[in-house]
Amino acid sequence: MVNLLINGKQQEVDVAADTPLLWALRDHVGLTGTKYGCGIAVCGACTVLVDGQPVRSCITSVSSVSGKPITTIEGLSPKNTHPVQRAWIAEDVPQCGYCQSGQILSAVALLKNKPKPTDQDIDEAMGGVLCRCGTYVRIRRAIKKAATLMAKGDVA
Amino acid sequence: MNTSLNLNRREFLKVSAAAGGGLLICLYLPGRLEAAAGPHTPVEFMPNAFLRIAPDNTVTVISKHLEMGQGVYTGLPTIVADELDADWSQIRVESAPADATRYGNLAWGGTSQGTGGSTSVANSWEQLRRAGATARAMLIAAAAQTWKVNTRTLRAENGYVIDPKGKRRASYGELSSLAATLTPPGEVKLKTPKQWKLIGKHVPRTDGGDKSCGRAIYASDIRLPGMLTALVMRPPLFGARAKSFNADTVKAMPGVKAVVEIPQGVAVVAGDFWSAKQARDALQVEWDDSAAEKHSSDELLAQYSELAEKPGAVAHQSGDITKGLAGAAKKLEATFEFPYLAHAAMEPLSCVVRLSDDACEVWAGSQQQTLDQATAARIAGLKTEQVTIHTLLAGGSFGRHANPTADYISEGVEVAKATRSLNVPIRLLWTREDDMRGGYYRPMYVHSIAAGLDKRGRPLAWQHRIVGQSILAGTMFKSMVKDGIDFTSIEGAANLPYAIPNMLVDLHTTQVGVPVLWWRSVGSTHNAFSTEVMINEMAVAAGKDPVAFRRALLNNHPRHRGVLDLAAQKAGWGKPLPKGRWRGVAVHESFHSYVAEVVEISIVDGKPKVERVVCAVDCGVAVNPDMVRAQMESGIIFGLSAALYGEITLKNGQVVQSNYHDYQIVRLPETPKIEVHIVPSSAKPTGVGEPGVPPLAPALANAVFAATGKPVRRLPIRI
Repeated sequence: MVNLLINGKQQEVDVAADTPLLWALRDHVGLTGTKYGCGIAVCGACTVLVDGQPVRSCITSVSSVSGKPITTIEGLSPKNTHPVQRAWIAEDVPQCGYCQSGQILSAVALLKNKPKPTDQDIDEAMGGVLCRCGTYVRIRRAIKKAATLMAKGDVA
Repeated sequence: MNTSLNLNRREFLKVSAAAGGGLLICLYLPGRLEAAAGPHTPVEFMPNAFLRIAPDNTVTVISKHLEMGQGVYTGLPTIVADELDADWSQIRVESAPADATRYGNLAWGGTSQGTGGSTSVANSWEQLRRAGATARAMLIAAAAQTWKVNTRTLRAENGYVIDPKGKRRASYGELSSLAATLTPPGEVKLKTPKQWKLIGKHVPRTDGGDKSCGRAIYASDIRLPGMLTALVMRPPLFGARAKSFNADTVKAMPGVKAVVEIPQGVAVVAGDFWSAKQARDALQVEWDDSAAEKHSSDELLAQYSELAEKPGAVAHQSGDITKGLAGAAKKLEATFEFPYLAHAAMEPLSCVVRLSDDACEVWAGSQQQTLDQATAARIAGLKTEQVTIHTLLAGGSFGRHANPTADYISEGVEVAKATRSLNVPIRLLWTREDDMRGGYYRPMYVHSIAAGLDKRGRPLAWQHRIVGQSILAGTMFKSMVKDGIDFTSIEGAANLPYAIPNMLVDLHTTQVGVPVLWWRSVGSTHNAFSTEVMINEMAVAAGKDPVAFRRALLNNHPRHRGVLDLAAQKAGWGKPLPKGRWRGVAVHESFHSYVAEVVEISIVDGKPKVERVVCAVDCGVAVNPDMVRAQMESGIIFGLSAALYGEITLKNGQVVQSNYHDYQIVRLPETPKIEVHIVPSSAKPTGVGEPGVPPLAPALANAVFAATGKPVRRLPIRI
């Protein structure tokens, strides 16, 4: 039994301590927005925020994040209106969509640290999240759009 | 002013009786009707297999095609909504059940349902326009009947039928019940392009919201009561079979419910993924590899290269190739090598199967629904109609889900069958390693091209030989192989558009035990490369500009010329580049669409870095221009991944690569600036899912040639 603080909610999850957070979320908590892509932290599809920082949930044991605030895509905003999400929709970023939870959460963390990211900031923050559909051009555009929205104080 | 419509008792009964014929009853409007049943129960209007209009004013478009990122859940509804004069906010999308009669792909003769060959919009174009227009006519007729006016005095707009004279209007939802009682008209008038309100305009993706908040559901997200998770250990060599395994040890592990042999390997079934994964890691299988493929890539390469020296089965010939080559003032020869490629979609293969004695349900990103259904039925020992395919979103596919053997669905049904005594649904998951090593690759190929120029630098002869496995041979599509020619091996080569008087294209089909499959743009993945690199070298050898050289050979191919000119113009072709920048160009037709790309590179740390790609596409009417742009962007990145990194290699039959660390794909920081320009056209729409891929690699290789003076002879590019 591991205690997890997911999207602001304390939850007892009945899994072994070494279970990856990804599989606790997907198979036990029922939050399937976080995706499995590689299992070895090279694709970023499983990215969630722990203490506001992007973490690869596929290699993160539940015991290591017990009690820490975890944000998944489902908990990003109450009505899915986070500026990053709105920018994503406005730019028609997703294609197959499978990697987008990891992309969006990585972008959220970037913008929290750097509200006016340069292209190089975007490269550094997003370079670890793969998109096989190649939506990168739009991801870059959407991050800039979200930065503008947030600068205007437009925060969902 | 809104005018509500009432159905009288007699009409309601009539509708009820007709309900078995496809009308769906009893979606009621919350807050607007007191009772769900009764004389005024509104009904859904389903004039044909492709749309439903509910009393709550939603319009549900039924997609016979798989949404795997290419945008059919937006493109197909755009066509319906326009002819229907619906408001885009009314539109919902639902996947069609497996049914070739209603949902067959018309580009494949309508005999099976499936998505591929960039055919979705092209084959649905007339069908969906008619579907939308028919519904619109019936809604107008319903309003006319209600208001007792002539249909000609009414018009439809944004989900309403409007009576300008009577100053009244009725929403489609309000009209649905009455429209459902009417007989569809035999003929309907389709809009003229000038009347289009959505086609050719910007329409946002219908799935953008769900995909931006984790709500989109893929096969691996399905959860059913009692469901167990299965992982399969497959043989390390293609063609090996399990001989024995330590079932008892693994069965005793926590959470494990079953360890069963299936034809594809040994399945471990457990309560969740992590238990199943740990159990599979502990599984020890002894394999019988007597019939397995044991070659290494370099051995295959040597064999293929030898074959490339000898004549093969003729795919195309014109003029006299022997004379042409003999009479050439200048001769160029080259051999090109292409590796196996994995599709490597972000979502590893997965499906959920619920099997009972008389029914089988499959949840999957099914790309060939009727084939998958028939395969599941055969394995389960059921009739086809006892199998239900729930088509979900696919997290990418690039051809991988359209497998003649329905491989991953077959595995799911096999596991469900082998664990039938447990009587629970089975979720079959592949790990990334399973997916990368599971075969069904773009085949490995070797090409040789010998070409000749005359004294004035004009092409005189072109001999192109292709060596590689057939995708169709040995599958249920084998009858499509004619006279030893699998068209998927030679497409884009046998129909080379350039005017060359003496041509020969021939093919050696090799037999290798590695399962192969179509991979986004299929034959054009390699044929566009060798042909466009060679034509470029001929231009350079002739001392001519590569764009001008091609143009001169494309007199009879105006659409090739059109995209070539547009890309060249937008890229500033011919204008000087800054120091340290080079350009390359390529043009190619695939799936009846024409794409030219100009690639601009620099050389960083001895490697090409793509700075900018200018793309021009002619796909007929661009139903949704932004989706067309998205698919070109996507194809360019996909092509770039293959050009820079893509390579699956075999060592004694075993696949060397296993995950994204050793089968790399392009990342955001490597993404060039991409500009997409669409040629205005009134021609029927053609595909966009694949055609953006083929020109990228040759255009890049031609830029590398311009930069280094060394021609590129293999993919991925190594300089």
